[in-house]
Amino acid sequence: MNPRRKKRLTIITSVISGVAIVAGLVLYALSQNIDLFYMPSEVHSGKQDTGVKAQVGQRLRIGGLVVPGSIERDADSLKVSFKLADMKTPISFSDDEPTVTVKYDGILPDLFREGQGIVANGTLTNGNIINASEVLAKHDENYMPKELADSAKEKHGGGGYGSGK
Amino acid sequence: MWKWLHPYANPETSYQLAGRLQPWFTGLSAVLLLIGLVWALAFAPADYQQGDSFRIFYIHVPAAILSMGLYTSMAIIAFTGLVWQLKLADASTAALAPIGAVFTAIALFTGAAWGKPMWGTWWIWDARLTSELILLFLYLGVIALHNAFEDKALAGKAAGILAIVGVVNVPIIHYSVEWWNTLHQGATVTKFGRPAMAPEMYWPFLLCLFGFAFMTAAIVCMRFRTEVLARNAMRPWVRALALQASESQEAK
Repeated sequence: MNPRRKKRLTIITSVISGVAIVAGLVLYALSQNIDLFYMPSEVHSGKQDTGVKAQVGQRLRIGGLVVPGSIERDADSLKVSFKLADMKTPISFSDDEPTVTVKYDGILPDLFREGQGIVANGTLTNGNIINASEVLAKHDENYMPKELADSAKEKHGGGGYGSGK
Repeated sequence: MWKWLHPYANPETSYQLAGRLQPWFTGLSAVLLLIGLVWALAFAPADYQQGDSFRIFYIHVPAAILSMGLYTSMAIIAFTGLVWQLKLADASTAALAPIGAVFTAIALFTGAAWGKPMWGTWWIWDARLTSELILLFLYLGVIALHNAFEDKALAGKAAGILAIVGVVNVPIIHYSVEWWNTLHQGATVTKFGRPAMAPEMYWPFLLCLFGFAFMTAAIVCMRFRTEVLARNAMRPWVRALALQASESQEAK
């Protein structure tokens, strides 16, 4: 390779690696701010990496799985409250894991159901209760026909966020 | 390999190669898209959770994959163009950028239309959506720089530098759903092992993906040819071509 090309190659390669390193460091420094939501266990014991805890009265997003059997609907309004547990695969719930209660007054998305991934936006109040102003559904990356989902459920006792019907 | 590639540094040879390839790409994409889209939209089974709404997947995901793939190719071409000073590289990046921008816009738009019924919102500033929006701005920047200078070579150099620097964003888009928690779900297509998608849903997706890819290739050939002609308008071979075309027009 002739020296001029070699020089250009070196310059461009070093510029790219420089930009990549800068971007990497910036993203690493901002990582907890880029996270869209807190998980229920992080509300209890602080962020995984930094241990930063959410303050009471802080606006935050909470993401988790709707604990089966925890949904309570008001009889004559849209008010609803439910508990969220950490998202994990495969889906499982235990009684002693940390949960956060979400209170919401409004229309829930179509995908809302027990065992579904949910992201709620609201203010944290005492006792790990969140007054949500917005509830969004998070679905997973698995797609399958209904028959397959039903047979998978019979075999393995569920898979995917929609397992706990 | 260099010996085999060398003739294509000549604009005329590449122009003719693109012209020969274009009908094949067009034909393949027409066949694949026809079968793929009919299969995907009418015959593939509905999703167990999302029902028929999930079918927008067949447009959304190919558009998103191509938006990132086109950017990466554009950056690689710009890189070779800057290091080896290939004139044709400028024509190629100028040909690629608007196509990539359109695919990015399609991915963002179909994503919004999908997000509203499923998530409950058109837009959320999560890492995946934001980084894809930045990709759109990068494309627009490359297009703008190509048109910002009178001197085409200077414009190509400036646009090439932006294209190369911006490639840092591509892995960020891809891994955003793994590095941070986002509302956007993880990758379906590149997930190996566990069945992320049932085969009878995956096959029509593959047809659609390759259909859109060949459609892109055909449009790239078309745009590349016009770019080459515009940049070589004063060359004898382009003049001969124009003369030939106008004569055959008169003969009709």
